[in-house]
Amino acid sequence: MATAQIDDSATAWQLQAERGPDDALLLRLSGRWTLDARLPVGAAVLDQARGRGRTSRIAFDAAAVASWDSGLVIFLRALAAEAERRGITSDLTGLPEGIRRLLALAAAVPERKDTGGARRPSFLAQIGTSTLEGLRGGRELLAFLGEAFLSVLRLTVGRARFQRSELFLILQEVGAQALPIVSLISFLVGIILAYVGALQLRQFGAQVYVADLVGIAMTREMGAMMAAIIMAGRTGAAFAAQLGTMQVNEEIDALQTLGIPAMEFLVLPRMLALALMMPLLGVYADLLGILGGGFVGLTMLDLGGAEYYQRTVNAIGLDDFAAGIIKASVFGVLVAIAGCLRGMQCGRSSAAVGAAATSAVVTGIVLIIVSDSVMTVIFDLIGL
Amino acid sequence: MSAVKVQVRDLDMMYGTRVIQKNLNFTVSTGDIFVIMGGSGCGKSTLLRHMIGLIEPARGDVYYDGQSFWDAEPRAREGQLRRLGVLYQSGALWSSMTLAENVALPIAEYTDLRPAEIREVVALKLALVGLAGFEDFYPSEISGGMRKRAGLARAMALDPDVLFFDEPSAGLDPISSRLLDDLILELRNSLGATIIMVTHELPSIFAIGTNSVFLDAETKTMIAGGEPKILLRDCRDPKVHRFLTRGEEN
Repeated sequence: MATAQIDDSATAWQLQAERGPDDALLLRLSGRWTLDARLPVGAAVLDQARGRGRTSRIAFDAAAVASWDSGLVIFLRALAAEAERRGITSDLTGLPEGIRRLLALAAAVPERKDTGGARRPSFLAQIGTSTLEGLRGGRELLAFLGEAFLSVLRLTVGRARFQRSELFLILQEVGAQALPIVSLISFLVGIILAYVGALQLRQFGAQVYVADLVGIAMTREMGAMMAAIIMAGRTGAAFAAQLGTMQVNEEIDALQTLGIPAMEFLVLPRMLALALMMPLLGVYADLLGILGGGFVGLTMLDLGGAEYYQRTVNAIGLDDFAAGIIKASVFGVLVAIAGCLRGMQCGRSSAAVGAAATSAVVTGIVLIIVSDSVMTVIFDLIGL
Repeated sequence: MSAVKVQVRDLDMMYGTRVIQKNLNFTVSTGDIFVIMGGSGCGKSTLLRHMIGLIEPARGDVYYDGQSFWDAEPRAREGQLRRLGVLYQSGALWSSMTLAENVALPIAEYTDLRPAEIREVVALKLALVGLAGFEDFYPSEISGGMRKRAGLARAMALDPDVLFFDEPSAGLDPISSRLLDDLILELRNSLGATIIMVTHELPSIFAIGTNSVFLDAETKTMIAGGEPKILLRDCRDPKVHRFLTRGEEN
């Protein structure tokens, strides 16, 4: 049983240095030599001893040590190392058996010096490294796109190897299960567009044009883009995390050694699913956005339901829809590529999976916005 | 007879309504190398997880130095946990931290040592497991055997009284596995720690085990216990005998 009695003499360490024959220094250790007792530094002990004459040998007497832990081992290890540096031999025979064993064990494997410590590279070297890194990233992207394209070709001739059941699962995951969040966001975006438009149009008494504004903006632009950004955050990140975890668990290696290309088995169904579902989600988002606009029109702007409907139908042409659907398809492929690419590039640690998911979302959103601007310019040029 | 360090009393383990093991009773003495053995799926690792506070037992309790673990106040239980060190099966090093940071985390959390002192402790622990100079490596940059030894350095960070090992030699070659056995034995002898390990490596069991318990998956309880070498010689139970002789008839 542990008792509450505390022996005062055992609460702190004590160190006495005695001079012996032949320049020997006898260190008498007693008391409590534990980490939390703020133990002395080996070099200081030797410095103090040097003030009182030459030392060529250190011996220890630890018979009175009440308790010890790693602290004493650390003290003795540092002391012995410092003594050796000064050409003093240490005689460990006076130490407890356990400590001598630990000291021997710690010295059994010499420290690795060639482990290449973390040296900070120069500024130029950093620029060079990041340039090479960027080039490597570009090459990897091209290789990924090439492989993806080849696997799509194999799909068209019916030779791609993946499981149909897996495709349907992914279709459900990226399609039906995304409907609630897409509904909410697009409906609200429709409301926001209608509000912003109404504030301006009311100055000219032209509130009724809110229907045109919301209809065209949603179908040409916002429906596809909002759906794509939601999918980049929702599905792109999920793809990267799934593939990244498979990379960590060596599941992708297992596929590779069976001769099944991960590109066909894992990436292709994901790209297919998003490419198929994204236009549908885009159209669905258009519809919900227009409903949101209609909600504002009916409740705040005193427009009639039939009137709003008629204006919307007149405003939107098939070409607006076509532009939106083309954009949505492109976004779907881009989000899938960003997610799968980052997942396949993932390192082999749990931190790398997180980095892959983050990077997938960032890459996905950048690709969506950049490609959107490019497509908008092109559609304008060809008059779509 | 040395002092009782760990005691398991009337322990029942269940997942939901499925019984894993019941009526487990055994004691581990200070300085023992205690082996929990049994066939695959008999609940060895589950028993370990009950002993280190990860799963609450359905019935019964674990006692450290006579103090109840599961009946204790949360604070007292935390204090008991601090006296335990665990080496998980694949090391379970935190992959976003270097080896030095892995070993330093428990020390920084539970002591008020200064950073320079923590660095010294970390250097000592890594040197003890033969990894001096690998402070700034990430777990993904070293081999499986090294990861296991680094995990051991982390388990020893707080100078624990009881060290738990979950399948220490799984995934190691025979020589590395033998070296790890030697290291465990050496640490037991020099630190005076008590060691409890889950393993089905017969060479390890006979080489370093001083006491054991044998769990059986069919009867769902312990069917033998004692020093493995004596168990091999004297135990009449056919299941235990088959296990300890790898099923080879003699």
